[in-house]
Amino acid sequence: MSLHNPHIDWQTFTDGLWKENPVFVMLLGMCPVLAVTNSAINALAMGLATTFVLLASGLLVSLLRHQIPKQVRIATYILIIATFVTIVDYLIQAISLELYNALGAFIQLIVVNCMILGRAEAYASKHRVAKSLLNALGMGLGFTFALLCLGVVREVLGAGSLFGVDLFGSQFEPWVVMVLPPGGFIVLGGWLLLFEWLRERRAAAQLEKEAARAR
Amino acid sequence: MSQAQPDSLQHQTPALRMLVTLGGVAMLSGFLIVLVYQLTKPIIEENQRLAIEQMVFKLVPAASIRRDIELAPGLSVYAAYDEQGRLKGVVARGAAQGYADLVHLLYNYAPDCDCIKGFDILKMAETPGLGDKILTDKAFLANFDYLDARLDGEGKQLANPIVTVKHGKKQEQWQIDAISGATVTSRAVGKAINDSAQRMLPLLQPRLDEIRQIQPGQKPSEQQP
Repeated sequence: MSLHNPHIDWQTFTDGLWKENPVFVMLLGMCPVLAVTNSAINALAMGLATTFVLLASGLLVSLLRHQIPKQVRIATYILIIATFVTIVDYLIQAISLELYNALGAFIQLIVVNCMILGRAEAYASKHRVAKSLLNALGMGLGFTFALLCLGVVREVLGAGSLFGVDLFGSQFEPWVVMVLPPGGFIVLGGWLLLFEWLRERRAAAQLEKEAARAR
Repeated sequence: MSQAQPDSLQHQTPALRMLVTLGGVAMLSGFLIVLVYQLTKPIIEENQRLAIEQMVFKLVPAASIRRDIELAPGLSVYAAYDEQGRLKGVVARGAAQGYADLVHLLYNYAPDCDCIKGFDILKMAETPGLGDKILTDKAFLANFDYLDARLDGEGKQLANPIVTVKHGKKQEQWQIDAISGATVTSRAVGKAINDSAQRMLPLLQPRLDEIRQIQPGQKPSEQQP
């Protein structure tokens, strides 16, 4: 796969990272976004687990896209997604029980993450394997990036550490609300505000440029 | 996706094809899941064993050999021995409802002092910063330096049930002084230990001499490298 391969559309990859970011733009999969981002490591693990499920289900859905009759497609997609979620469940237990306990029920709940079914239905079922994989990878990494944005802020403020490493010493009084559910909403709101502001600023600059050209 | 399909098109998919697709995907799914389950099972079991082992040796620092003992069907305890094969502690499991969910814990019963010495949390979902103080609050942990767990004359139950009392009200050796601000979680710890000890100790006491006799060489189930 080279950059010049005409069959590979890099935009489908980068869209998921930024322009169509599943969390900050499409606001999909909010349940894990708010629930497991109380520490950076949980956020990273959840993001990677979701990326794996996205990639594997995208691959299978895209491979079988001509075989799956329209009438049973949703049932088939859910079955495929549930399979890979179960696999991720076992893999995380094998990697670290501590991590598995920290993520709790949210591993199993990846099954109902609407972003994944959305990708299968809206993209993988209509595109070639390579394109579907790129799209899934972009979306997965975009999701992981968003989770990390929340996890890092919440862990630093709420526990005074980052990836478990103490940052401020014993004088720091943790801002406990940040690791509790309200902290999730507050930090998500903050990031949405920042990204929306950036986007508007860019749109305004674009408009100005066009206006200047028209003159 | 929801564009209306012409009716004629829908009728063209035979029922058999739908069944075959769903059946085929289900079989593939079953195959993959069973494969991964089989591959990860030994690793997961090893992880679980290590997690319990670490906690047992943390609770009984003097010990280095662990042996699982089944007191009754479904009721197992871990006997912990030191290098010389002396019984240092018996670690048992307990659980009680906390603020958010069940608090699962392990506690160490020390036969030498007939008391409970230390506990650790296996799993809990208590409020961070409040309930989870039970693991860090020094005054609370001091309750478990010596927590009276003697049995009554008949050996059927604890002479004095272990109870959690309000912060600052502890008067007896079998009472646990709660953390103010984490009373519910403190109570869960007391209840988990009491419920478990009331059932476990009467079964353990009569077998204590037999358990003491086990020498490290005499098929200890797990030996620390």
